[in-house]
Amino acid sequence: MSEPVFHVGQRVRIADRTPPVHHRVPSYVKGHVGVVERVCGLHGEPEKFIRGDGKPFRRIYRVRIPQDALWSDYDGSQGDKLEIEIFEHWLEADE
Amino acid sequence: MSGHDHDHDHSRTFQPDHAEPTSDAARVGLALRELLIEAGHYTAEEERAVIAEMQGASPENGARIVARAWTDPDYQARLLDNGAAAIRELGYELEPYEFTVMENTDDTHNVIVCTLCSCYPRALLGMSPAWYKSSSYRARVVREPRSVLAEFGVALADDVEVRVHDSTAELRYMVLPQRPPGTEGWTEEQLAALVTRDSLIGTQRELGPD
Repeated sequence: MSEPVFHVGQRVRIADRTPPVHHRVPSYVKGHVGVVERVCGLHGEPEKFIRGDGKPFRRIYRVRIPQDALWSDYDGSQGDKLEIEIFEHWLEADE
Repeated sequence: MSGHDHDHDHSRTFQPDHAEPTSDAARVGLALRELLIEAGHYTAEEERAVIAEMQGASPENGARIVARAWTDPDYQARLLDNGAAAIRELGYELEPYEFTVMENTDDTHNVIVCTLCSCYPRALLGMSPAWYKSSSYRARVVREPRSVLAEFGVALADDVEVRVHDSTAELRYMVLPQRPPGTEGWTEEQLAALVTRDSLIGTQRELGPD
């Protein structure tokens, strides 16, 4: 559990699911693909805090997503980015 | 004049100092607080101390950290690499979150938001501004950051990359603004006085001295 599954620069897809509990993944990023910007530490899983202590802890990654991929009508510049923290169990490699 | 034979009703002019909670959520919150204290999870005195500590924190802490980074490149490198460790070096106590400092450059502008609630580095910078918690800021800055920034007076060239950081989990963020030109030779104290709360959130880009 302690070794990161994903590495900086890897393309990852954020799961598109909505468990009926507090889960800290806003809907606007669900299903989107980004690149791992940074590998962060291990933290309690929000879905498990509803009953208990959030264990086992999960790895967090910062994921960088191009704004124009998030919003079809994005009117900023092409290089603009959104960066967001996502827990490991919400990510899968996007080859 | 002193007689009280007029017909207005004093009970109607009474304004309670403490408003009663107006929503079910607020009532649940108050009840929960009372139950937690009654069950001994924490004391009212501990709660008071935490509130006092939060009120003691202020953007001046962030300004001091920024000024150190501007004057000490090694410190700046440590701050960007591991924000929490570098901030603790200066003697600050932090909440148990990872602390990430995002550097503005000529080509990059960073802005912080928490779309899900209103995560903010309170222990370091104090209470967040009301607009930071507003649903309008939270919804719009991820979708149309340039328009929102323009409303704050931040005009960005098209080739400056905007990076919006959505603080959703266990990290806290602060922007490291650019050191203003014309401040060569200034002391840390003089530099810290230029740094504003909004520049630490990213809704201000350019800082004095003018």
